[in-house]
Amino acid sequence: MISKRIVLHFPRDLVSEPTISRLVKKYDLECNILRANITPRQVGIMVLGLKGGNKQYKDAIVYLKSLNITVQPLSQDVTWNEDLCTDCGACVTICPTEALTKDPNTQKVRFDKDACIGCELCIPACPMGAMEVHF
Amino acid sequence: MSKTIAEINDKIKKGKAVVVTVEELIGLVEEKGVSKSAQTVDVVTTGTMGPMCSSGAYFNIGQPKPKIKLGGGKAYLNDIPVYTGLAAGDFFIGAGALPDSDPRNKIYPGKFAYGGGHAIEDLVAGQDLRFTATAYGTDCYPRKELSTWLSIRDMNEAVLFNPRNIYQNYNVAVNLSDRVIYTYMGILKPNLGNANYCSAGQLSPLLKDPGFLTIGIGTRVFLGGGVGYIAWWGTQHNTSVKTNRNGVPTAPAGTAALIGDLKQMSPEWLKGASFTGYGATMVVGVGVPIPILNEEICRHAALPDEKLSTRIVDYGRDYPQGRMRDLGTVNYAQLKSGTIRVRDKQVPTASLSSYPRAIKIASILKSWIEEGRFFLTERVGEFPGPGSGYSYHPLKERPIT
Ligand code: SF4
Ligand code: SF4
Repeated sequence: MISKRIVLHFPRDLVSEPTISRLVKKYDLECNILRANITPRQVGIMVLGLKGGNKQYKDAIVYLKSLNITVQPLSQDVTWNEDLCTDCGACVTICPTEALTKDPNTQKVRFDKDACIGCELCIPACPMGAMEVHF
Repeated sequence: MSKTIAEINDKIKKGKAVVVTVEELIGLVEEKGVSKSAQTVDVVTTGTMGPMCSSGAYFNIGQPKPKIKLGGGKAYLNDIPVYTGLAAGDFFIGAGALPDSDPRNKIYPGKFAYGGGHAIEDLVAGQDLRFTATAYGTDCYPRKELSTWLSIRDMNEAVLFNPRNIYQNYNVAVNLSDRVIYTYMGILKPNLGNANYCSAGQLSPLLKDPGFLTIGIGTRVFLGGGVGYIAWWGTQHNTSVKTNRNGVPTAPAGTAALIGDLKQMSPEWLKGASFTGYGATMVVGVGVPIPILNEEICRHAALPDEKLSTRIVDYGRDYPQGRMRDLGTVNYAQLKSGTIRVRDKQVPTASLSSYPRAIKIASILKSWIEEGRFFLTERVGEFPGPGSGYSYHPLKERPIT
């Protein structure tokens, strides 16, 4: 038995729903969609909890990758180091879930930890090293 | 009703000068009009803090015993190669310098975790850095190797000297290609996925004095938390760009070269930065005071975001190839709203320049002047201004055969 939480990055034009139902049917995995952020014509992101047999899990990952879906483990924790942040905003349009937003009035950047799915996309986007991953 | 800088300095000395930030001036002009505001206000303070790659610092280390000639040798500061083509005890480090061991973009996109900008920040923070040098040895400078800890306190002079800072306006970067690109304007998502700009807009120093009527060589400024000066106009200074109705450039135009004592500066306003896939650089905080000598200066200084605009440029194909295609013009109010329209698409915007920091710089500079700790300088030389014909031109290659 294996139980894992992973982040999937869907390429544009790939419909996510059949993919997930396929995981359930073909690989006999228990799927739990923890968060989905897929808008039409955009690259989508999904956080998925998977439970099932070791071999089935491995095969499922191979299947997902064959569809050009990027699979990564869910980070334990992505944090925002406010002291290092200069409120530039370079991360804001990169974050897929609006965990990082800019207040249009003050132009200050805010981090909403609950909305963060740990996809780590903000890490390379931040020039100041203010977004940190903890394993 | 015009004033002189000497009169304003006299008021500063007596604690009677009326100093406002740009944001305050905009409110005042809306309420009372340009003419009244120009009479009341003596100085308006601007501010900006963003990545400024053409930055660096030079130092004199003081000679060890026996002496060493850095000039013509090789030296490293925290593994970053520094420029030693100067005299025996001097070296220069640029914000974009990288350790020889940095893989650059070999593993694409590169991280550029530690570069010259970070080393300068560490020095300013008072840290000890590793300094190693090799030299060829002369009769008067016999030493061939040096390996020592070095802090800013050990140096005789530590001077920030930036050949190009505080761009008067800057591009909005978008990506029309179909892959993610990593640029000095940040990560740009394919097919107009985002739009990054880099200016404080209404607070940006050179946008507030578009004709360089007060700003020039010798202007005293806030630089990296200390006091600095405008040394010259900056590299790539360009006065031949389109302007709007108010005579303000709508594309990257003027620039300034800045100099100041690094020992007075603070890591809060001078920060190393890493642009994934692009390189290392430094974020520099700058504030320039503008003396309100007459109504014209006041009117320009009070132009709000809505009246300051810039052009949109494709960094996917056009920029790297040196092509210029007009993708439209947007103003800074639109940019700061969070989305702009490009080619019938709503595109989310982000800034690389920190507006909250710009506000803070303008207000610190304001308080320095109010407290009589900072006086205005009369410039000693003018920048090439609009109509001078001074312009940037690309390189015409003349291949060596
Ligand atoms: S890891 Fe970063 S980019 Fe991803 S959701 Fe969290 S804040 Fe946003
Ligand atoms: S990119 Fe980094 S420094 Fe800029 S706002 Fe985001 S977290 Fe702060």
